Amino acid sequence: MDLDFSPQDAAFRAEARAFIAENYPQALRDKQRDEEALSREDFLSWHRILAKKGWSAPSWPKEWGGTGWTPTQKYIWSEEQARADTISVLPFGVNMLAPVVYTFGTHEQKERFLPGIRDGLVWWCQGYSEPGAGSDLASLKTKAERITADDGKEYYIVNGQKTWTTLAQHADWGFFLVRTDANAKPQAGISFLLIDMKSPGITVRPLITLEGGHEVNDVFLDNVKVPVENRIHHENQGWTCAKALLLHERSGIAGVARSKRGLERLRQVARTQLADDAGPLLSDPFFKRKVAELEIDLTALEYTELRTLAGESSGKGPGPESSILKIKGTEIQQRLTDLALEAAGHYGAPYLRGVPHNLGAIGPDEAHGVAGAYFNTRKTSIYGGSNEIQRNIIAKAVLGL
Amino acid sequence: MDFSFTDEQSMLRDTVASYLADHYDFDTRRTAIKSASGWRPEVWKAFAEELGILGAAFPEDLGGLGGGPIDNMVVMEEFGKALVVEPYLGTVVIGGGFLKHAAPAGAEEIIGKIIAGEVTIAFAYAEPQGRYNLANLVTTARKDGAGYILNGHKAVVIGAPWATHLIVTARTGGGQRDAGGVSVFLVDKTAGGVVTRDYPTVDGRRASEVFFENVSVPAEALIGAEGDALPLIEQVVDEAIAATCAEACGVLRRLHEGTLEYTKQRKQFGQPIASFQVLQHRMVDMFIQLEQAISMTYMAHIKLGEPAAERAKSLSAAKVQIGRACKFVGQNAIQLHGGMGMTDEMAIGHYFKRATLIEGEFGSVDHHLRRYETLSLDAAA
Repeated sequence: MDLDFSPQDAAFRAEARAFIAENYPQALRDKQRDEEALSREDFLSWHRILAKKGWSAPSWPKEWGGTGWTPTQKYIWSEEQARADTISVLPFGVNMLAPVVYTFGTHEQKERFLPGIRDGLVWWCQGYSEPGAGSDLASLKTKAERITADDGKEYYIVNGQKTWTTLAQHADWGFFLVRTDANAKPQAGISFLLIDMKSPGITVRPLITLEGGHEVNDVFLDNVKVPVENRIHHENQGWTCAKALLLHERSGIAGVARSKRGLERLRQVARTQLADDAGPLLSDPFFKRKVAELEIDLTALEYTELRTLAGESSGKGPGPESSILKIKGTEIQQRLTDLALEAAGHYGAPYLRGVPHNLGAIGPDEAHGVAGAYFNTRKTSIYGGSNEIQRNIIAKAVLGL
Repeated sequence: MDFSFTDEQSMLRDTVASYLADHYDFDTRRTAIKSASGWRPEVWKAFAEELGILGAAFPEDLGGLGGGPIDNMVVMEEFGKALVVEPYLGTVVIGGGFLKHAAPAGAEEIIGKIIAGEVTIAFAYAEPQGRYNLANLVTTARKDGAGYILNGHKAVVIGAPWATHLIVTARTGGGQRDAGGVSVFLVDKTAGGVVTRDYPTVDGRRASEVFFENVSVPAEALIGAEGDALPLIEQVVDEAIAATCAEACGVLRRLHEGTLEYTKQRKQFGQPIASFQVLQHRMVDMFIQLEQAISMTYMAHIKLGEPAAERAKSLSAAKVQIGRACKFVGQNAIQLHGGMGMTDEMAIGHYFKRATLIEGEFGSVDHHLRRYETLSLDAAA
């Protein structure tokens, strides 16, 4: 048992750091600094740069573009990206859909869909939740009826509504869970369909979240015609794909490297911000203690994730234990934003979205957006299976209760 | 021992509640806070003329109804339930508080105008470097003939865009954090050299950065003793804390009720999610937080008349309790609403945002824990 980095690992870290320094777009960095909304092209730009380097899909099988990195290298890579405050490659295609396609898809499907995901050419969104199916995902009602059309080919006609669809406003394609057998047990009548978002009958409606942002959407499907060959895996066995995908979603969700970086930033802010007695906030015993506790929690999460990764590299796929990572990872992200808001003091209150910069700054830069981040981060204990559901999973699948 | 309200206080509550039910529903509020001005002067006018509530907490000889802090508590709790943004706290509780306690020359006239709805006041006390320390001031008031010249920068002055007047804390002497040398002034916002930079706040109110650039004010602008106003400021801020706790109780009630209602009607796994024990226990814990917040808010108002040290300790205790309740109840209200709680369309998120800002207003939980601890040690010594 050791955690030493080999000389090869050190060389890899140097390579990764240099690559980011030389290739991360300055325009993107400027927008991040000014908290400007990122366009579709902004989101994809870093992904495409990584794709050229062959680094956009590290975890995939090598034949489809995976890097074949060791768990240590993956860990280093996520640390280096967090350290440089890069944006993340969007997870919907690379981390969520792709494992389903390369595990359950046909060879044709792999050839058709994986390159576009890997190269950042096709933007994918996730059609899972419905207004009546959140935690109880298997109760979803969006219906797909199989027909033979006039052209002699088979199609599904899809009707229903999906919700909380992240960044659907930019999506080219979506992966959807639909009900193909209304009479079977809930989990047994679901299929996994890939749908072109430009199909007639699809309407995307923005949902504005409480901090004022537009990330999520309702997606309405009205007689949307989907070729049968866009179904992954067998008809009525989509739940198998859904579960596999959720496990991958959860294991990526811990966000340890980003939280470590967030903690560094928090310390930075707390060194500049003054406490009531005029010393830096970071020497205030009350605040200091909370930062230390958070850091210890993050260390516990980090080592738990490393154990999970080590298990994966010895051939075990992500198991229900990944729910631990989801629960603790999201709680830590939320506490970080909570402490950042607390550190900002009075200047946590201004809402500066759309307030012109040119008239001079309002409050210190590091206070900008902290309240919005705190509000927005409440979502993390709700999405990807709420933290209550994650506890149910651990209770049933791990503890056997 | 008596925790009941007088008939007048109950009537006051009914009057406010019924007006807000008719004129302050969620959608109307949402439109108003997004409008150019961000508030509704006609609502303020109705508070003054139709409801007559702006005088509820002023003595009768000043044209008020003879009430006091409990009347403020009643009004503020109802305002919390409807997320009222209009500047009652700044104008009546804080502005009125300074004028009542210090009774400077001309106070009667200003109080008359407050009651009539003609004067609105914002409290310019915080400074960029000062955090929650009321004495940490670099804004200066330099004696100039009979009057003073003000210079400095006040941070996040809530309600300033709507105010006709500002109450400003400034140094007439002493060092940056000294207890001595602090004075208070009532400044007409139209005075030359008052420069404001207005913006919305994350909970739907408006605030300003206020810059004083050689602002000349007459001798009558001084409220309280020159250089010795810190005890007065602490008293009024304690009154503002009590009123904010009352507002929080209104906000917390709505967060809790809204969550109960939602979980009873939201079905998953074939049953209302309120039937799951894990969520029941969470809602019970929210309820306990709410009940304790109400208790501490009563305590805070009862203790406002005690000697300074006892009063300060009690108010800090209340603010700690309320701050914790705002976090716990607010966060769990969103959690139990699931994705719906994250939307701007639902009221619950707006209550959560208000609850979140209340946590830090007039001092965070840590600030008041420290103040409480210091006062306890002083008392024991």
